[in-house]
Amino acid sequence: MKKKITACLIHVELIFMSFVVLTPIMWVLLSAFQKGNGMGRFNELTLSNFKRLFQETNYKHWFFNTLQIAALSTIISVFLIMLTAWVMSRFQFKGRKIGLLTVMILSMFPTFLSMTAIYTLFLNLGLVGNPISLVIVYSVGAIPYNTWLVKGYLDGIPSSIDEAAYMDGCTKLQTFYKVILPVSKPIITYCAVSQFILPWMDYILPNILLSKDKSKTLAVGLFALINGQESINFTIFAAGAVLVALPISIVFILFQKYLVQGVAAGADKG
Amino acid sequence: MKSKKTVLFSVFVWGSGQFFICKQRLKGLLFFAVQLTMILTELLSGYWIEWLCGYIPDFSIRLHAGFFIKGVWGVITLGEKTGGTSGDHSTMLLINGVISIMILLMLLLVYYWNIKDASRSKVKSDNTTYKREQTSLKKLYQRYFPYFIVTPIGIAFLFVVCMPILFTFLTSFLNYNRDHLPPGNLLSWVGFLNFKKLFTIPIWSHTFMKVLLWTVVWTLVTTFATYFLGMFQAMILNHSSVKRKKIFRTIFILPWAVPQMVTLPVFRNLLNGQFSPINQVLLELGVISSNIPFLSNALVAKATVIVVGIWLGFPMFMVMMLGVLSNIERSLYEAAALDGAGKWQEFQKITFPLVMKATAPNLIMSMAANFNGFGMIYFLTQGGPTNSNMQFAGDTDILISWIYKLTLNQQMYDIAAVMSVLLFFLIGLVSFWNFRRTTSFQEL
Repeated sequence: MKKKITACLIHVELIFMSFVVLTPIMWVLLSAFQKGNGMGRFNELTLSNFKRLFQETNYKHWFFNTLQIAALSTIISVFLIMLTAWVMSRFQFKGRKIGLLTVMILSMFPTFLSMTAIYTLFLNLGLVGNPISLVIVYSVGAIPYNTWLVKGYLDGIPSSIDEAAYMDGCTKLQTFYKVILPVSKPIITYCAVSQFILPWMDYILPNILLSKDKSKTLAVGLFALINGQESINFTIFAAGAVLVALPISIVFILFQKYLVQGVAAGADKG
Repeated sequence: MKSKKTVLFSVFVWGSGQFFICKQRLKGLLFFAVQLTMILTELLSGYWIEWLCGYIPDFSIRLHAGFFIKGVWGVITLGEKTGGTSGDHSTMLLINGVISIMILLMLLLVYYWNIKDASRSKVKSDNTTYKREQTSLKKLYQRYFPYFIVTPIGIAFLFVVCMPILFTFLTSFLNYNRDHLPPGNLLSWVGFLNFKKLFTIPIWSHTFMKVLLWTVVWTLVTTFATYFLGMFQAMILNHSSVKRKKIFRTIFILPWAVPQMVTLPVFRNLLNGQFSPINQVLLELGVISSNIPFLSNALVAKATVIVVGIWLGFPMFMVMMLGVLSNIERSLYEAAALDGAGKWQEFQKITFPLVMKATAPNLIMSMAANFNGFGMIYFLTQGGPTNSNMQFAGDTDILISWIYKLTLNQQMYDIAAVMSVLLFFLIGLVSFWNFRRTTSFQEL
């Protein structure tokens, strides 16, 4: 009897929590298919919001801008991170310790606090408005935190496998490509996925660096839709939000295992 | 004797000691190339040659100096001529100056290396002949391999990450605000005036303390609440009687999986003042008789922000703790049951300590994330409701979102920079202290 009551209570709690979790998500889904502005009352379902999204806004441009930035910065940053972390993990050299410490303290400082400086820098280089500027900031900005993460991972891999490769006549870089990269797949997945998701989420830097409507990223474009005119555009925003949230959530749930490992390892490193 | 001569040569012409005395031709040439590039850059980017030829009678650094000297001049003076297209642009001068000073420092490092190398080269040239320079180059590559990889990445890092931070530090000593905006005005160095302003002018110090206090409250409450809700939810999901575990788990992970850029505006819409759907439902059900001011009353807004923060944050801890729970050995509980321990004691003595040990580092990470949780505040309330007693800050503004507003809406770059500097030290100190206790530090 007591067992049954516990089971019942537990399921009530689970259903209640599911309700709390799902309400906002259902709300955005329903709004996306609402006719009109969808404020408050429910109307019939329609696809017109998606049509308006593509006709009246630059959603397509925003989407491909973001995709381009995300893909490029993922490739570059993973390459940089792996190289740095490998050198930091496997070689002893002067300045290594101080470098690691600097990197670790700087990684705690949010990039966007120096937004004025970043803006001035890219203005100076003539790159404001050019997506390359964001790729540079994301790729290089990812180094500090992730280097620590990957270094921790590589430290856990016995260096005897490197030595075996050296014995077989591999050069250092060959060992890196043929031995280190293959064994680091899980951590590479984590870095790649988190780097890929970042540009879809980030608001502040793209908002400052890419100001023309056509060159905006998705987050900035979508937020601009509802900022100050929520009552007019919320359903269009919802349509756009659903279109971007769907693939990202799926990627996230598919790679959950790696992401959880990555976050746990990230905290462990210090 | 020979070594002294080598060093003496290299002090004036980089690499010449190595080249002429130690016969390390390639190394010497490389050092010399660096020096030559430096001098040529300065000469050709300025008008030094014209000046030497006497074409420029009234030489001024502002107009005629090259990259390096003009850079240093720019940082010191921040420009001399006001306004227009022909005037000086202080922030541009500053950033150019910072870049040129950073390059100069790197060159200084090469210079130091050049001299040190010259003084060391003599030993080799005394007892071995110079014929094996090839091997020495290869050895150089082997020996300095890490530097070959790290240096380019380090330089990129220096310019994209360190330089902006340095610039922010410098900005905090400038009068860079809406009353002094380049290119219309010139900036000047004001020393610690901005720091003094923040702490002595009542409205600034008052706002700062209030925002700081709320930031701390927000960080602590949100972090611990998400942590314990995550733990609670994990324990419940882990209970043996739960059916459809996988479905519930997937549902609960959604707040973490769906981008915040989507969920936060949705919350703002659900909770907004005039036509909040949640209020309407509650009104119709008769639970409340008038709208709840979710985002417009200071206290309610703070509670709302925290609740939404918990909604967003608990799944991460839940998933992580589910992993920990599934790794706890059954035998521990069996032994405890044999000893007559109740459920509560099992939790207190076995589950809690083990989960705590595995997730404590994440607790600290999550605290840092909430402390810097710009998105959660800005996209939900934009810091509002506005409070006229506070300098450009709303009631739910945390330090980071206040800094953002000061920069973008108020153009108070100087005060924003001062706060960034304070934040930098605060974050740096805490993370360093936290880091020192970890094993990775001892193994470094």
